[in-house]
Amino acid sequence: MEDLSLHILDIVQNSIRAGATKVQIDVEEDAAANRLRFVIVDDGCGMTEEQLAKLHDPFFTTRSTRRVGLGIPLLKQGAEQAGGGVTITSRPGAGTTVEACYELDNIDRPPLGDLAATVWTLLVLNDNVLFEYRHTRDGREFDVSTAQLRHNLGTRKFSTPKLAAALRQYVADGEARLAAA
Amino acid sequence: MKLEDLRKMVEKEGPDEVPEGEARFRVTVGMGTCGIAAGAREVLSALLDELEKRGVADVIVTQAGCRGMCDREPLVYVEPKEGAAVTYEHMDGGKAREVVVRHLIGGEAVAAYQIAGEGPKD
Repeated sequence: MEDLSLHILDIVQNSIRAGATKVQIDVEEDAAANRLRFVIVDDGCGMTEEQLAKLHDPFFTTRSTRRVGLGIPLLKQGAEQAGGGVTITSRPGAGTTVEACYELDNIDRPPLGDLAATVWTLLVLNDNVLFEYRHTRDGREFDVSTAQLRHNLGTRKFSTPKLAAALRQYVADGEARLAAA
Repeated sequence: MKLEDLRKMVEKEGPDEVPEGEARFRVTVGMGTCGIAAGAREVLSALLDELEKRGVADVIVTQAGCRGMCDREPLVYVEPKEGAAVTYEHMDGGKAREVVVRHLIGGEAVAAYQIAGEGPKD
């Protein structure tokens, strides 16, 4: 994974494969504390202690199509190289929380990448999942949620080309305003 | 753009949904860890953007997980309403746009990007 936005996309896709109906994504950039943190909370099927213990092992996966699971080991390596770490808590039936933190100014910190593209991709491909996304940057924030969009747009499918284009612009504008501040 | 603007934009456009059974194609992008790492997000983005620019509404775009061909990602599966499905390998944004124009609009599969061992490859 080249950047954090791709890691977030990968982790949330795991949430969805775990049957999540609700996923909360928080990204916080705090220059005063020299910290970058993201937290993903899902209500998917969760993991047993045994599965959780094996999660950092690249040769552990629940999938049958490929025998190597790389998502979490790569995330952990990237965070530890940048003065941070990854914490995962989970219980069967109670969902999973993944938290990754980094030193904001660490030269080895992976770039944030295109968060707007990740959020847009998740919305468009999983319009039956309730997302709550919030990106804060030194006290300012951009947030978007499935509930908020549904309230305004009704029950239309987000993946039709026209609506997908409108959503792309909406999310990109929100992130651009935050970046410009 | 405010939420209000988004709502107005969508209201003005009107509905563009096609019922599941009436779509000419179902296009599936591999969005497992392997697909994402290889560039699937950009492929999905290019597909939807090109469909929108060309005014194509009767194509359904969806996702799949890892199917065990990680070294060939990003993978795109194109299933027509009738006829044989085609798998494209090592896709990128430019190739995805080409598949929209030549295959989804033009009706001819792009042989050069088709997975080895499937269908005609010249």
